[in-house]
Amino acid sequence: MAMAEQTTPKPVQAPKGGAAAGGAMARFFDGDVWHSFKNSPITVVAAVVTVTIFLAALFAPIVSPHDPYDLMLLDVMDSFMPPVWEADGDPRFLIGTDDQGRDMLSTIIYGSRASLFIGFASVLLSIVLGVGLGLVSGFRGGMVDAFIMRVAEIQLSFPTILIALLINGVLRGVFPVEQQADVAYAVLILSIGVSGWVQYARTVRGSTMVERSKEYVQAAHVIGIHPTLIALRHILPNVMGPVLVIATIHLAVAVISEATLSFLGVGVPPTEPSLGTLIRIGNDFLFSGEWWIAIFPGAALAILVLAVNLLGDWLRDALNPKLR
Amino acid sequence: MAAFIVRRLIQSVFVMFFVALVAFSLFRYVGDPINQMVGVETSLKERDALRERLGLNDPMPEQFWRFISSAAVGDFGISYQHKRPVSEMIALRLPATLELSLISAILSLAIGVPMGVYTGLHRDGLLSKVFMTVSLVGISLPTFLIGILMIYLFAVKMTILPSFGRGEVIQLGWWSTGLLTTSGLKALIMPSITLGLFQLTLIMRLVRSEMLEVLRTDYIKFARARGLSNRAVHFGHALKNTMVPVITITGLQLGSIIAFAIITETVFQWPGMGKLFILAIENVDIPIMAAYLLMIALFFVIINLVVDLLYYAVDPRLRIESGTAHGHG
Repeated sequence: MAMAEQTTPKPVQAPKGGAAAGGAMARFFDGDVWHSFKNSPITVVAAVVTVTIFLAALFAPIVSPHDPYDLMLLDVMDSFMPPVWEADGDPRFLIGTDDQGRDMLSTIIYGSRASLFIGFASVLLSIVLGVGLGLVSGFRGGMVDAFIMRVAEIQLSFPTILIALLINGVLRGVFPVEQQADVAYAVLILSIGVSGWVQYARTVRGSTMVERSKEYVQAAHVIGIHPTLIALRHILPNVMGPVLVIATIHLAVAVISEATLSFLGVGVPPTEPSLGTLIRIGNDFLFSGEWWIAIFPGAALAILVLAVNLLGDWLRDALNPKLR
Repeated sequence: MAAFIVRRLIQSVFVMFFVALVAFSLFRYVGDPINQMVGVETSLKERDALRERLGLNDPMPEQFWRFISSAAVGDFGISYQHKRPVSEMIALRLPATLELSLISAILSLAIGVPMGVYTGLHRDGLLSKVFMTVSLVGISLPTFLIGILMIYLFAVKMTILPSFGRGEVIQLGWWSTGLLTTSGLKALIMPSITLGLFQLTLIMRLVRSEMLEVLRTDYIKFARARGLSNRAVHFGHALKNTMVPVITITGLQLGSIIAFAIITETVFQWPGMGKLFILAIENVDIPIMAAYLLMIALFFVIINLVVDLLYYAVDPRLRIESGTAHGHG
């Protein structure tokens, strides 16, 4: 039964220990993962787009033409400027400005920074929670396993966005109203991170149960290594392969979740907006004709998610030995 | 079969108990219910009296029992913000959400299954490729973005569809329906497409991959060898056998549709339960949150049960297996 539950095929891992860094690099460019990457133009495009957005977000203060957070630099006269190619466009603002006179391009760059930060942090939290619980579940078995897996099943039967909303609502209740803007990031990361652990846990549990019965684990038991150490040092590295694939696709989901929560008004506050908050703000001006305030952040979000999804799809196939 | 149903029932009860416990702890421990109910000028003594009267000093299991038993008869307390019974507020908004969700589900099935069959049969056709690409974009675009784009196109630019609300509704007893008026139907178009699009792509991809798999099997080859018409092979033999996973996913997705209605309802200002829930989260209106949570959980549990039972109706193999297992046992 345990074997049957392990639906994600585990990639065959080449032994990596002891190889010099240079050798590992050379082997990577020689290997079939790189080969399949090179031969898939869509994947290359997706990778370039993803890396560009990541870098822009990372170096937002350097890359963006304006600083949208510096209130001193904002001028109300600049508000609602359309993109340059429209009649009233201003060359200073390539794709226009929003209701407060903030440059759209800069807010989008800063917005993807916020979105990606929350996305990465949530994925990391999910990985820590999911891999940890999956490892415990698969390694210990018995009552602990049964309990964790029942909780996972219950959580899995509800959509993640609903769980995230719920955790979000609870955390909002815990913090007093005046603090909520300060803890908005933490609340989002917690709600998205906690809502996403199940997939990791189920996958890692499955692989752990397979690894547990293998000889190297038995050997480690025999020479008297502490079980915790066996789980962490011996089993963990061997079950991390599929986690990478899940994490890539999960990043896209996490970014969408953040945008959705922010759009619904329970996410990042408008003072330091994320992509979702920007779309929420822009939505209010859609009817008065200022389409660019909503459409450009929306396009940025869609492109980012599509690129990451494509990368994840490719990675899943490239690491799956069955499809080669 | 009986043993299976009983096991599933026990599991469902366990889930409901767990969710009720979460809802109860929300209600009891997130913020002080007393503070939410009374004004600032209420004295400590009055607060204590109210606390005693509401039974908040009773032992926890007793309070939990009272919470469950009143929830079971539809009493979810009074909304902190609106000072009205939660059950009344939900009953007012339930028809809007259910109509929207049902129409979306029907839409996604009615379009998704034929599209899936087509792309499965004509794998390399141009139209199939178009369908597949569009569906990839559809999966990557967040629901609310699709909604906004549609509003911009059809409400702002072309002004042919209303961008918010349900239009005119007709009252049938306590149920208010927008299905009987033109403005109600027009108001339904964009929200239901927005809500159903993700499910549509999901169903299409599922039917496609199932069709591809089934078409490779021996009994299809045999059916062709017998000289049956394409039509009979495709729809009589192949499609029938793709239906088991489709039923599962569609059934499970029905719950998701109701949950995702939260987003669609916010975009289109649809006066349904999802909108109520979002406002409750924004204002930390715990009784509404707890009630919504319990209702959705009940819904999910019932759907899961029905889907499991449908398996037996659709797939005769399961009946035979359980029958022999029963005979041996």
